[in-house]
This record gives sequence, structure tokens and C-alpha cells, in this order.
Amino acid sequence: MEAPAEIGSKRLVVGAHYGLFGWMAQRATAVIMAVYTCILLVAFFCASEFSYEGWAGLFSQTWMKIATFLALASLFYHAWVGIRDVLMDYIHHTGLKLLLQLLTILWLLGCTGYSLLILWSI
Amino acid sequence: MSDLTRDERPLHRNIHITQIIRYRMPMAALASILHRISGVGLFLCLPLLLYLFKESVLSERSFSSFQAITANPIVKIVLLGVIWAYLQHFCSGIRHLFMDALWGMSKDEGRRTAVAVFAVSLPLTFVFGLKLFGAF
Repeated sequence: MEAPAEIGSKRLVVGAHYGLFGWMAQRATAVIMAVYTCILLVAFFCASEFSYEGWAGLFSQTWMKIATFLALASLFYHAWVGIRDVLMDYIHHTGLKLLLQLLTILWLLGCTGYSLLILWSI
Repeated sequence: MSDLTRDERPLHRNIHITQIIRYRMPMAALASILHRISGVGLFLCLPLLLYLFKESVLSERSFSSFQAITANPIVKIVLLGVIWAYLQHFCSGIRHLFMDALWGMSKDEGRRTAVAVFAVSLPLTFVFGLKLFGAF
């Protein structure tokens, strides 16, 4: 069947690009986390031994708190896009899917709050 | 189209859940599904990991409780799983980034890069595992 000629000329059907944004954000956050992993590994291996002073001292610096929080925030956003993809692929019941998506958001927001609490209590 | 004719159409799924065990998994498919499994696993372990991180940095006393918790063999096995999931997800994530840049897109390259991911993630898991269980 031929599509009506108006579609495409009278009305642009392009979507809202939510999918593209999520896809791009997942890649960007992945790069941030990979860079942070390298920072953490360098900091860890530069320390002569794993002691409380060295470990907590690293995270007591403001730049490290902020870097850690940015990496964790990236992780949580990355996880949201990923879990949403997984739920869309495997859960076909709309109500159950929405419930699981809501629980995912609550889980990740809880983790965000917990991370802030931990980082600024060091 | 009426609902009646739509209902008569046979539904063909690619694969049913009961067929998965007998399904032949090429290396690229294995890397793909393990990326998902490791990602979901890490997502579920987040509170545990944040709690362990908190114990490790909060105070001298919580640091020794962190050491006591992580000395438990069951915790060590869970952490080995987390280490594997992290390394697997990290390595196959880098593979994904290269493929997004249209590098290694052919079927053969896809298989070879999947093998490369396992060739990096599994030995690294082994080394980190040895460190975790105190071999060095």
C-alpha cells in the first residue's frame, strides 16, 4: 500500500529524539566512568600501602569528592538508560514495566542520596 | 484491518525462553548478553558497594569493620562476581564505543573483538581474584 503523499511534506514525522538523547547520554557517561576508573587506579597504585589514612585522605579532598560524585551520578544515569532498555526488551506487560521503571528510578535516586551522604561525611 | 483477521495471524518469535539453553551462541552474542547480565548485576549490587565504600572511608573503626566484612568468604565470592561483572562490562563497553564509531562492524571483526574482550576480562578477573583471596 502506498503512503499518503502528505506525510513528510505537510507534517514532519521525526519523533522527539528521547531515544537519541538517552543513547548519547549513555555513551558520554560511559566515557566519564572510564576516565574516573583510570584516576582511581592511578591513585590506588601510587599509594605505597592500603591504609585507612591513605584511602580516606584521598576522598577527603574536595576535587576527589566532586570527581567521585560526578562519576557516580554518571553511573546512575547510565544505569537508568540501560535498565530501561532491558525492561523495554523483556517486559511486555505495560503496567508491570511501568512499576519496574518506577522502582528503578527510586533505587537510583536512593543511591544518589546515599552517595552524597557518604561523600560529604568523610 | 479488523481485529478478527489480526488474531488469526500466527505469531513467530525468534526464540522462546525454553530454547535458550540449546541455542548456539556465537561469541558476539555471548558478549552482548553478558554485557546485559553484568550491567543488571552491578545495578543490583549498588547499595552493597556503596555501603562497603562508606565503611572503608568513614572512620578508623569502620575501616576495620570493612576489613572484617570483606574477610568473610561469602562476601569475597560476591565481590569476585562484582569484579568480573565490572571488568566484563568495562571491556565490552569499550568494544561498544568502538563499534559506535563504526570501527569493527563486520561479522568477522565482531567475533574477533568479542574474543578479545574475553581475553582481557577473564585473565584480569583471575588476577584481581588472586589479590582478593590474598595470593599476593
